[in-house]
Amino acid sequence: MDLLVNPTESSLLRFTTAGSVDDGKSTLIGRLLYDSKSIFEDQLLAVEESSKRRGDAHVNLALLTDGLRAEREQGITIDVAYRYFATPKRKFIIADTPGHIQYTRNMVTGASTADLAIILVDARHGVVEQTRRHSYLASLLRIEKVVLAVNKMDLVDFSEEVFNKIIADFNEFRKSLPNEVDATLIPISALNGDNVVDKSDNTPWYSGKTLLEHLETVQVRGGTSQHDARFPVQWVIRPMSDDYHDFRGFAGRMASGTFKVGEEVLALPAGMTSRITGIHTFEGRKEETTPDLSYSITLADEIDISRGDMIVRPDQAPQHSPHIDAMICWFTEKKLKPRTRFHLRHTTRDLRATVTDLHYKVDISTMEQVGDVKEFGLNDIGCIRIKCAAPLFFDAYSKNRTTGSFVLVDEQTNNTVAAGMILRAVGDESTKSTDEFAI
Amino acid sequence: MSDITHLQFLESEAIYVLRETAAQFTKPAMLFSGGKDSIVMAWLARKAFHPSKLPFPLLHIDTGHNFPEAMTYRDWFVKEVRAELVVGSVQKSIDDGRVVEERGHNASRNKLQTVTLLDTIEEHQFDACLGGGRRDEEKARAKERFFSHRDEFGQWDPKNQRPELWNIFNGRKNFGEHFRVFPLSNWTEMDVWQYIRQEEIPLPNLYFTHQRRIIERHGQLLDAETGFVTLLEEEKAKVKEMTIRFRTVGDATCTGAVLSDAKTIDDVVAEVAAARQTERGTRADDKRSETAMEDRKKEGYF
Repeated sequence: MDLLVNPTESSLLRFTTAGSVDDGKSTLIGRLLYDSKSIFEDQLLAVEESSKRRGDAHVNLALLTDGLRAEREQGITIDVAYRYFATPKRKFIIADTPGHIQYTRNMVTGASTADLAIILVDARHGVVEQTRRHSYLASLLRIEKVVLAVNKMDLVDFSEEVFNKIIADFNEFRKSLPNEVDATLIPISALNGDNVVDKSDNTPWYSGKTLLEHLETVQVRGGTSQHDARFPVQWVIRPMSDDYHDFRGFAGRMASGTFKVGEEVLALPAGMTSRITGIHTFEGRKEETTPDLSYSITLADEIDISRGDMIVRPDQAPQHSPHIDAMICWFTEKKLKPRTRFHLRHTTRDLRATVTDLHYKVDISTMEQVGDVKEFGLNDIGCIRIKCAAPLFFDAYSKNRTTGSFVLVDEQTNNTVAAGMILRAVGDESTKSTDEFAI
Repeated sequence: MSDITHLQFLESEAIYVLRETAAQFTKPAMLFSGGKDSIVMAWLARKAFHPSKLPFPLLHIDTGHNFPEAMTYRDWFVKEVRAELVVGSVQKSIDDGRVVEERGHNASRNKLQTVTLLDTIEEHQFDACLGGGRRDEEKARAKERFFSHRDEFGQWDPKNQRPELWNIFNGRKNFGEHFRVFPLSNWTEMDVWQYIRQEEIPLPNLYFTHQRRIIERHGQLLDAETGFVTLLEEEKAKVKEMTIRFRTVGDATCTGAVLSDAKTIDDVVAEVAAARQTERGTRADDKRSETAMEDRKKEGYF
């Protein structure tokens, strides 16, 4: 019974893991799942049998996470997989992403829903290019917290000096990141379990938390209720029944901030104001909304509001413009060239859009901007300018991950081909940061 | 710190996905088997569209090998939520010569469901099917998306899935293609049970302890009461009355029971917390090969 999560108290932490194949990512995930008793006997048995059949010398915990036939054949992780485990204090969702550089897009995908990133560092090699690349992505995607798990401490005799050197190197490096990163460094051995779940006797000089303790207690989603109120409308609820004859509820999920009954609101793009008459749920009416929860909202006036519209406070209007500059990660083999048309999906809205300019690409190993760009290829990250068929209502991604993000959809294949993070409205100097890079 | 609980988060996320499905597709349907996951999904759909009725029908792919308790529950639930029910019948697919029944004593209609499902989708021109699948169930499912694209043959291509970023779901498709949508993707078996407890959702009594005539085959406890499992001559004498419950409820020919005294939801939650076997460990259909689920999914199964 001690494994039982308390459903009235336990919160959720979503994290992603990054690191090269050999940094021990699978071993670390296997260790977290195993030590939190989230691996079942039949799963372990199946993995043992597969390992034996494949001729592996030891039980290959990577087989727990590499579920597809092609992944097992090639011994690599191809795509993002999601893992789940729980302790009595918290529930965890892991976005388990492949480590190879050619899978940058998968890392971006995993990071987009994560509150925290664990970046594995091999203690023998310290802060390397891969560490810089992963830190850059975490910073770009605005992941609130980063953990640098300094792994394989057993191979450097649990040396405090080695660990301190890595801290110093990382602190020096992180000054160059586009956005500030709140990082915690923990010396571990995923293979032996040092400082993963249990505190290690091998690191008496380390007074911090174990990795799991840190994951259980770290504070995330700081202050989303303090943000500007944003309610993208998904669906209009019109029962047309005798009991609810005139009911017209705007259904959606509170992206950030809060609304109260009686409050004046502004509907976009209609630009009309009204007053909230009810905040409805299946359980009954509420006085106030909470960020991340789903509601339907009724208003005092008959305003034309439909899917894709956004309800906000009149004094907290978002930016609006058909022209935006954004950072994107390009997801597909087919090259991105200027003047290509796309469907742009932003919150619950779908707009036609054209990429008008490619400003620069970022070399994510050196974080340098490369100008004079003709096209973007698979996994390229950089800054572009987009023109939409109608004004977009948005916040800078740095202010709001929900109303600042979008994807581009190819008109021919319907595939999602780019992840986008909005920097600013074009021509809006007031929102331009001193650092061109910062988003 | 957003102070919502993990169950509040999962509920809100599922409601969001259900509303996206209703909004992005022309003719969605929700798969409903009378099992706990589909019950929770349908329960969430009622919340998502309250006080309206569900904006899509419930779709039952009937293998003809159902536990009678699940059928009673199905009919009660459909009335309770005022939903429309569409039934796709595997028996009819067999009668029409669309599929050939498996032979032998291990025969199951589970695989045949796929053809009936795809035929039903085509007949009714459904462009999205909501399913109660969860990513914690099985390793191939861990790679599944919320919005899972299927080609005109209903096939899943695990190497060519659309990336899902933030909470933006892309349901664009060409004519003839459809989507499978999984609002419970991020739920675990424990989340489902804790939610059932919190919401006091009524369930078919199969999920609680009862006496049943059982035959043990390949380490599995299979139902010998409904007559759907073909018993070998030598097995007939070995049928035993046991105190069991079901952890999953599917086709009676391949759903294994577990020995259990769990009378209440609290008992079940405690039992699930202590379980050392996965839920699908009781499913014979997953044990046919290492990638049985992936292979079935590629063909169009859920």
